[in-house]
Amino acid sequence: MPAMASLTAFVALAAFVVAAPIIPGVVARTKAMLTGRRGSPVGQLYSDLFKLARRGVVYSTTSTLVFRVAPIVLVATTVAAAALLPLDGRASMLHFAGDAVAFAYLLALGRFALVLAALDTGSSFEGMGASREVTFASLVEPGLFVVLAALGVMANDFSLTAMLGEPVAKVSRGGGMLVPPSVMLAVSLFALALAECSRVPVDDPATHLELTMVHEVMALDHSGPDLAMILYANALKLALFSAIIAYVLVPGSRLAGWPGLFMLLGSFVVVGVAIGIVESVMARLRLPKVPLYIAAGSALALFGLILLLR
Amino acid sequence: MTPLADLALLLIVLSDFAVLATSRLSACIRAVAFQGILLGALPLLLHPGMALHTVVLAGGTMVIKAGILPWFLRWAIREAAVRREIEPLVGYMASLILGAVALAVAFAVATALPLHAVGTDLLVPVALVTVMIGLIVLTTRSKAIIQVVGYLMLENGIYLFGLTQLQRVPFLVEVGVLLDVFVGVFIMGIVVFHINREFDSISAARLTELHD
Amino acid sequence: MLLLALILVPAVAAALAYLFPALGRRVLLVGTAVVHLALVLLLWATPGDRAFGGWLAEDALGRIILTLVSVLFVAVAHYAVGYLREETTRAGRAFVTCMLGFLAAATLVTLSHHFVLLWIGMESTTLAVAPLIYHRHDRRSLEAVWKYLVLSSVGIAFALLGVFLLATAQPSGAAGGRPLVLDDMIAHAGALDPVWLRAAFVFVLIGFGSKMGIAPLHAWKPDVYGVAPGLVSALMAGALTSCAFLGLARVVSICFAASIGDFVRPALIGFGLLSIAIAAAFMIGQADVKRLLAYSSVEHMGLLILALGLGGAGSYGAILHALNNGLAKVMVFLAVGNVVLAAGTSSAHEIRGVLRRMPGSGILLVVGLFAVTGSPPFGMFISEYTIISAAIGEHYPWVAAAVLVLLSIIFVAMAAMILEMVYGEPGEPGEPREPAAGHTAPRQLRDRARLVTAPMLLAVVVLALGVYLPRPLTDALSSAANALGGRAP
Repeated sequence: MPAMASLTAFVALAAFVVAAPIIPGVVARTKAMLTGRRGSPVGQLYSDLFKLARRGVVYSTTSTLVFRVAPIVLVATTVAAAALLPLDGRASMLHFAGDAVAFAYLLALGRFALVLAALDTGSSFEGMGASREVTFASLVEPGLFVVLAALGVMANDFSLTAMLGEPVAKVSRGGGMLVPPSVMLAVSLFALALAECSRVPVDDPATHLELTMVHEVMALDHSGPDLAMILYANALKLALFSAIIAYVLVPGSRLAGWPGLFMLLGSFVVVGVAIGIVESVMARLRLPKVPLYIAAGSALALFGLILLLR
Repeated sequence: MTPLADLALLLIVLSDFAVLATSRLSACIRAVAFQGILLGALPLLLHPGMALHTVVLAGGTMVIKAGILPWFLRWAIREAAVRREIEPLVGYMASLILGAVALAVAFAVATALPLHAVGTDLLVPVALVTVMIGLIVLTTRSKAIIQVVGYLMLENGIYLFGLTQLQRVPFLVEVGVLLDVFVGVFIMGIVVFHINREFDSISAARLTELHD
Repeated sequence: MLLLALILVPAVAAALAYLFPALGRRVLLVGTAVVHLALVLLLWATPGDRAFGGWLAEDALGRIILTLVSVLFVAVAHYAVGYLREETTRAGRAFVTCMLGFLAAATLVTLSHHFVLLWIGMESTTLAVAPLIYHRHDRRSLEAVWKYLVLSSVGIAFALLGVFLLATAQPSGAAGGRPLVLDDMIAHAGALDPVWLRAAFVFVLIGFGSKMGIAPLHAWKPDVYGVAPGLVSALMAGALTSCAFLGLARVVSICFAASIGDFVRPALIGFGLLSIAIAAAFMIGQADVKRLLAYSSVEHMGLLILALGLGGAGSYGAILHALNNGLAKVMVFLAVGNVVLAAGTSSAHEIRGVLRRMPGSGILLVVGLFAVTGSPPFGMFISEYTIISAAIGEHYPWVAAAVLVLLSIIFVAMAAMILEMVYGEPGEPGEPREPAAGHTAPRQLRDRARLVTAPMLLAVVVLALGVYLPRPLTDALSSAANALGGRAP
């Protein structure tokens, strides 16, 4: 029977959901500053979302109910995945044994909906983007599961609350031999997050050439509130990954409750800056090289897992 | 000192994988040079206290493995005017997967071996991994220079294994081994130079005239 | 001091040859060889010498192999002087330097009782021989030397890992004796950890096995022996492989002393049989005479480790066989080298009527055929007979049967090729034939005294060993066999 949440968990989830759009803003701001410009304000995505929500929506005559429903499914699954994370450092709103698997598959479900919508339009660009997205996702998922397995080994339990929240603090985390694996897992997660959320070096969100797009092209035909939901869901996914990275590096128990919340928001900024730096420094990888990149990230996680299994 | 030694060993494994995954020859050589630095530092990290022979060994290793040999390999690349490896027999993805399998096997084997405490219990698995990955690089790459890099990695792994016996085997012997490797790589490099002159390329895949 | 002199004399001579090329090559090479042989004979008179606290020492096994190496080197050095005059390609200082360096390294291998010194010597022999293989500086020899370097270096790296595993097997402190010193390890054999020792044996087998050229690590042999000049192949087949065998034998002696013989024996016998079988398979239908000889070398290496694994009288047979094989192989390689040099090709189909045109080499070829395949009255017959009867005596009758069958196949294959070459109508003289790829232009098929003396003398020695074994030799053989866990027959 899933345990009910405490107040802090609910507030944390609400804050998380509200604050997520900061991250793309931080990324854009960092990139601008690194190139000597002022750049758009950090809260730019908020104004974009409101603007899009007020607009009307245009649906193609070849699209069906799938196209209309998909963005809603996407947002719903992503928020549900967020509910599984122990965002306040103690326990999540909803936790049960094995919810790490549910987490991964909720994200997959959201992506599935988006892909279906892209195929629904009948446009070849969107179909191409969908196939690329699905290929990369099928490579990222094993890597993500290796990370989750490593976290599970560390916590001796396969629930996200146990892995990232309070209970894992009961396992002594100060020993020297846990630091390198945690760092490795964090770096691997970062690499996988870049792949999952369609950032450089896997996909360039700023490109305007459809032939080079992976994720953006799937959202090409959406407009108005639908587009707003897709952009929001992307930001939420980034927020999810930065939360996990934060809790991998800093065990949840240290900062439970309100301090945990602030740490969470701080992690948004840190991860956003990191992504901004990566996007400014690196170019996008050629498509055939992307599997190698994802495999390298997964290998790093595997190494951490092996170290923990000794 | 042990956490630092552990860190050095983990970085060695990461540099192994770096050689496995990259196609740029100069990046491979840089990775092996980095390994040389780490290997040079390891005797000092494992046996703290500046015993003279440890310092000499560390210094000599660093000079040879991180200085002279990479410089020599870079000279060979310049002579051959090669920059990149073409897609090797096994492919980079498959190499990476093989490397991951080797990693798992090495750690599994190491837990089965009767190890007496030797300063850090990461030493033997990392040695085995480096040996295996060196072998993978040596056998699956087609450019002769990369095969020499693979041989260097193989030797590095064996050197790591020798570190478990550092206190017992006198350093004269370690120096002898070091010099032998040095001369070996030197001669191999000269042969690569000749291969380049003769075949106008350093792809070992061209060497197929002799067979039954 | 004698031991040190044995190593330093060739080393210093090598340095001199490199630094002062004006010195007469002939003088330096043959002179050093003779001095070395004299020192070795002196060693027979003063057994049990030690240096560096036991790191360098001589025992019966080492002494026998050292003598073999020294005698072979004298023969090859004498031959080299004549050979270098015939070959038109460069015969610079690198050649003499490397040969002398090889002698120094091989001496180090035979005399060292510390395993890392042994390894350094082994690795140095590889490095010394590589430029010799590349003597002709053409494509084929480049390919051969590259393959040799890569395979040998990997093998020797594995051997080093095996040596480190040996060190790990020794318990630390006084209980194990000094690390990696042979005599201490045998004395404290009971204290060795069997798990590490088995791992060490596996890697040493791979490492030294690839130097010896046993299957499945023999791939470099046909290529290298087929391309290198005759005398270089002779030196490698005679001396280098014997040194590698010595290294392996030392580790096996420790294994037998530490009672893991049940693990070691099947491995040695299995790989031995495999080598002989593969050699037989590849000798049938072989087209190139030097490659044929390379496979013969593989076969004999297989016989050596088979005998080593059998134990009992097999150990005695193994050492005797090493001795006979070294001498016979060098003789045959030199004789074939003469023929190939004169004919300009090593493809057997194009060489005919050697007996008519080069009677000395022709006789040597036939004699060599019988010597190398173990026919009486040559020494090889005695050693092979000892090995086969040891197989029966140690309750491996099917091994003996298999070996007999394979040896007969090999005899037929070799005889077919060599007798075809020796008899038959010779080709037209003076025909301007295009040299085959990588071979020099054919010369007048004629014997030259210089090139025939050395092999003839070796043939006489092999014959003599088949008839009579001098007493000091049998004593040394027996004590060496005892050290290997066996006994005299």
